[in-house]
Amino acid sequence: MKSRHKKLALIGGALVIVGIIAALVLNALNSNIALYISPTDVAQGKAPHGKAFRIGGLVKEGSLQRQADGVTIAFVVTDTAQDMLVHYKGILPDLFKEGKGVVAQGKMSPDGTFVASEVLAKHDENYMPPEAAKAVDDAQKAAGKHVSPSSLSDKPKASY
Amino acid sequence: MKDRFNLYRFASPATFYPLAGTLIPYFVALAVLFGLAGLYLGMLVAPTDFQQGEGYRIIFIHVPASWMSMFIYLVMAFWAAIGLAFNTRLSGMMTQALAPTGALMAFLSLLTGALWGKPMWGAWWVWDARLTSELILLFLYIGYMALTAAIDDARRADKAGGLLLLVGVVNVPIIYFSVKWWNTLHQGSSINLAKSSMAQTMLWSMLLMAMCFWMYSIALALMRARTIMLERERHTDWARVELSGHLTGGEQ
Repeated sequence: MKSRHKKLALIGGALVIVGIIAALVLNALNSNIALYISPTDVAQGKAPHGKAFRIGGLVKEGSLQRQADGVTIAFVVTDTAQDMLVHYKGILPDLFKEGKGVVAQGKMSPDGTFVASEVLAKHDENYMPPEAAKAVDDAQKAAGKHVSPSSLSDKPKASY
Repeated sequence: MKDRFNLYRFASPATFYPLAGTLIPYFVALAVLFGLAGLYLGMLVAPTDFQQGEGYRIIFIHVPASWMSMFIYLVMAFWAAIGLAFNTRLSGMMTQALAPTGALMAFLSLLTGALWGKPMWGAWWVWDARLTSELILLFLYIGYMALTAAIDDARRADKAGGLLLLVGVVNVPIIYFSVKWWNTLHQGSSINLAKSSMAQTMLWSMLLMAMCFWMYSIALALMRARTIMLERERHTDWARVELSGHLTGGEQ
């Protein structure tokens, strides 16, 4: 019986070590695992030079502009601290909306705007019927600030 | 071992086999009931989502499948640890029996996620931390099955497979917390033990479907475990009795 418990302790110890190794590796790879960086990161010069990368944030309310051809668009991605102008030509996903999350892949152009080759909508964790969403919306308007229910999140995140 | 502690009795295949046989019909019945209730509530009663429209309803398959894929892996790792430490016969059979269902759940999770992702996100697949770690989970299941199938001796296959399962278990918390730890395209979790950001009917539909997946997984694992037991123990007296019963067409 003793040796069995010893084995169990050995397995437990090995698991702890594997866990620590995994934590260290993931920590070292942290910047590579993140799918996107925020406009603040870009402002701090963390964006790779001359290479494609992704930025993520919210589409700023009232910033969406469509050209006459219908597929060329411009919008501002914001993390509320920093803004970034994004140009894109193509079809937008269904969930793309002002005030909602977005992830865009592309490159910085010399004039400081971001030219996207792909735009993805980032969905949030809120699932509710339209009436409930409207009720949340109205309650917030009454409280004096307009925040769409889907941009509400009790999970603070550096990039938002 | 004497009969002083009841649990040990069921660790013996000779007692587990008939017990599993009695339980399977109940789990199948519960799976059907929960499934029907969940689908009715989810497809016909639950309201349309304010942003996603009807497309969100894939969540009633996606989330239960993802939960099961992670939980089954944890159960397999638990059995693997027991098997490696105490050298029990049953543990290897249980991990073997669970693996295909776990792989199926991981596959379902990835497939339904891709089908949802295309219209909602605009992409079938992105290499974000949540999606990638779930894909690794599928590979772990497939790797476990391939590894154990490649070794003829069942005891050695269990040991090698058990080691793989235990090393791979670090992946499960990575999947679960990936949306918290890193910037991912995948949204954060809508529900946890403390709060839910889903409408009530949607939540209940999802929980009913989760119960359905639980019952289905248990039933399937028990069925598979019985077959594996008979195969591995075919030289023992109890298995001979069972097998001869089947050959003469008798009940069990």
